[in-house]
Amino acid sequence: MAGEVPNLEASKLTALVVDDNFVNQSVHHKLLDRLGIKNDVVSNGQEAVDVHCSGRNYDLILMDMDMPIMNGIQATRRLREMGIESKIAGVTTRAEEEEVKEFMEAGLNDFQEKPLTISKLVSILHNLEFYVQT
Amino acid sequence: MQRQVALIKQSLFDQGYLDEQFVELEELQDDANPNFVEEVATLYFKDSARLISNIEQALERGSFDFNRLDNYMHQFKGSSTSIGASKVKTECTMFREYCRVGNAEGCLRTFKQLKKEHATLRKKLEQYFQLARQAGPKETARRPK
Repeated sequence: MAGEVPNLEASKLTALVVDDNFVNQSVHHKLLDRLGIKNDVVSNGQEAVDVHCSGRNYDLILMDMDMPIMNGIQATRRLREMGIESKIAGVTTRAEEEEVKEFMEAGLNDFQEKPLTISKLVSILHNLEFYVQT
Repeated sequence: MQRQVALIKQSLFDQGYLDEQFVELEELQDDANPNFVEEVATLYFKDSARLISNIEQALERGSFDFNRLDNYMHQFKGSSTSIGASKVKTECTMFREYCRVGNAEGCLRTFKQLKKEHATLRKKLEQYFQLARQAGPKETARRPK
């Protein structure tokens, strides 16, 4: 991304990365770090549910679709059933219309196709009204 | 030395081994994590070696479980996409197509090519990172022309 990368540290936003792939975990964690967003990482949907059951809460959840044990669609539905109102952005390589529709209907607020970049992450933050692009 | 680093990097892009995503990762490097891309690449090659081994074992069994093979390759494609490993990603896509239509020979042929591209990328990136470390951090943040 050319130009300035926004620093959202002052906003004290928090995020949860939900992805079973170690490379994606590392990249998404670093992308959020670069934007000044403190974040945790879990490896599947069940862990995402468990971390919320333990009392943690996040402003933003970056949810992968395909994960073992509990996938992103199941986890998103479960979190919404639990009353979790965090903004959830689906991030996946799958981009077939039907698959995206199913994922969105599970309770997503936004969706981005992988690979995630600073630009795409800023777009998510803008769409979810965490950040106003100038 | 820095010119040599730049040339190696340019060739990786010109020959299609890497795409724009690699540049995105380099731009995440900072003073706190000056070797971020090399760390991610190390993770990638560790993970992909595991996936290659799993796929090899699955193929050696003879009975093609295309669902399982597709799952492995989906993971492989995901990692390759995230690091910008363009040629490897293309082979992953092709392999998945062959899985979709149940073409065992196509899978075997593509897998052979995938391993070749993967090994070449690994070797070239190892060389690039070694030289980049010697040259210093400045060169790695620049976009190729």
